[in-house]
Amino acid sequence: MARRVSRRHKWTTTILAWSVAMLIFFPVLWTVQTSFKTEAQAIADPSRFFDAAWTLENYVTVQQRSDYFRHFWNSVVLSVGSTAAGLIMAVPAAWAMAFVPGRRTKSLLLWMLSTRMMPAVGALVPVYLIVRDVGLLDTRLGLVLVLMLGNLPIIIWMLYTYFREVPSEILEAARMDGASLIAEVRTVLLPMALPGLASTCLLNIILTWNEAFWTLNLTAVNAAPLTAFIASYSSPEGLFYAKLSAASTMAIAPILVLGWISQKQLVRGLTFGAVK
Amino acid sequence: MGQVTLDKVRKNFGAAEIIPPLDLRVENGEFLVLVGPSGCGKSTLLRLIAGLEEVTSGRIYIDGQDVTDFPPARRRLAMVFQSYALYPHMTARENIAFPLRMAGLDRDEQNRRVEQAAQVLNLADCLDRRPAQLSGGQRQRVAIGRAIVREPAAFLFDEPLSNLDAALRVGMRLELAELHARLKTTMIYVTHDQTEAMTLADRIVVLRAGRIEQIGSPQELYRTPQNLFVAAFIGSPSINLIGGDAARQYSAHTIGIRPEHVAVATGHGIWRGVVTVAEHLGSDTVLHVHDTGVADAVTARVSGDVPVRSGDTVYLTPNGDCIHRFDEEGCRIPPPRNPSRLPEHSKDVCDT
Repeated sequence: MARRVSRRHKWTTTILAWSVAMLIFFPVLWTVQTSFKTEAQAIADPSRFFDAAWTLENYVTVQQRSDYFRHFWNSVVLSVGSTAAGLIMAVPAAWAMAFVPGRRTKSLLLWMLSTRMMPAVGALVPVYLIVRDVGLLDTRLGLVLVLMLGNLPIIIWMLYTYFREVPSEILEAARMDGASLIAEVRTVLLPMALPGLASTCLLNIILTWNEAFWTLNLTAVNAAPLTAFIASYSSPEGLFYAKLSAASTMAIAPILVLGWISQKQLVRGLTFGAVK
Repeated sequence: MGQVTLDKVRKNFGAAEIIPPLDLRVENGEFLVLVGPSGCGKSTLLRLIAGLEEVTSGRIYIDGQDVTDFPPARRRLAMVFQSYALYPHMTARENIAFPLRMAGLDRDEQNRRVEQAAQVLNLADCLDRRPAQLSGGQRQRVAIGRAIVREPAAFLFDEPLSNLDAALRVGMRLELAELHARLKTTMIYVTHDQTEAMTLADRIVVLRAGRIEQIGSPQELYRTPQNLFVAAFIGSPSINLIGGDAARQYSAHTIGIRPEHVAVATGHGIWRGVVTVAEHLGSDTVLHVHDTGVADAVTARVSGDVPVRSGDTVYLTPNGDCIHRFDEEGCRIPPPRNPSRLPEHSKDVCDT
């Protein structure tokens, strides 16, 4: 039976939800708004929120000073590349854990996930030295590998959860029907786990796009993605607030658009299997 | 061809022995049903034959070829699962064609075989629908179609009708029997429903704890159960098992008498009791009679709709021709050489 909700309760929760949403969204709104101000207006005290003169000058300057599209392309290569490489590694691992689990599968999964809890800076020196010694410093390949390995536990965990929702009888039926292991995964398992697979990809792309520790420490020029592009406008004196905001807006815009377009898929994937 | 032979096949899960060494031979074209209570190992046995589980020891032969180490696809078997196991992202046509696609058949041949199977199974109108858009019966037919197109040496059915409602189950049972008559392919069928077993099987294998209790035709199992377990398992309503003095009269530890072999009268009979439940089924009436002094309850089935109600007193008389006798171990006692040693109304205890 559905719970009855009073009108007052409905209004209160709606206002509360909007307040929290606006609080979370405010920094983004502030950044976008500041990107259209002049540098003088951006640092004015008190800050002028609504009556500032709107200008596109910052965007033009940012594009003239630094090559946005090169950074953008690097971000695309890193996020898509690390996601694709991660899937190639994670699909067999998640399959094995979901369908031929051992006694320590659960412990292994938890251990893998726990590595994400370690601060990345703790592994900075060894990772930096390894990447440098194999000649992958400031290369896309080096970053793809590092980012892929960083997110691999999450990809495996998510795929494992989705694979477990696929009835094993269906895979057995495919085996009886003559499907090889690869055909079984390709023609039956992956299409059935498609919502989960899509949300795993989206989440990994978003995580990689926003990653700002390894991308700043292992790149300089050639493989620098949009996070490095933003960082290049930061200044301790705070003199380039407007330009920094313009760079930030340009960096986050693609992922915001992607998130907006795919929000339905993301929510569907993240709640996949929660309700039968 | 489709002769399946199990030679001392054993299956352990860890330390637990699920199937002790078991020998079984399924003849070409035979409809063999494996029955038994839940957990008796019948589905495990089927999965061993299919190759979905590895045997702990023993060998499996199909048409004389040792397939013990073959993967499922190379055993030339097709299996229909309890949950249908259809591929939800494919249409009925794609589901049926899947094994042909995996075998690398060209598209024309795939279509020809799919159309042929669809015609046999009355599926022509729903070939382009996905499983979610099909009824339970149609899904089951698609699963059977997927098995048929492979033209296997034998079909394996793992409780294929248990997800259907009662009316549909009866219809599908008939269709399966017709299919077997038409294809004449070996079928090994697992069920816990003894009505399915009795109506479909050429031979029934009754399993308990992985052991074969008895193998025989439905009539053999019904008429000459070799032990108490088979006697109690086969037949619905269940056989009446009576011990004590009533059994000793027949020189047995326990006697069994099927409900339809108990005559019911209101005037006189051997056992007097009170009807607690009367099930009026239309064609038959099943009476559950208490306070008879020989068993907690005696069940009797009489033909037609008899005007007996709960609380009525009735007299029951077992048909002496059809009493089954069992010893202390629960094993069947062969018919006596000298029937005169038995009570007057059971001189010719039947064994057939």
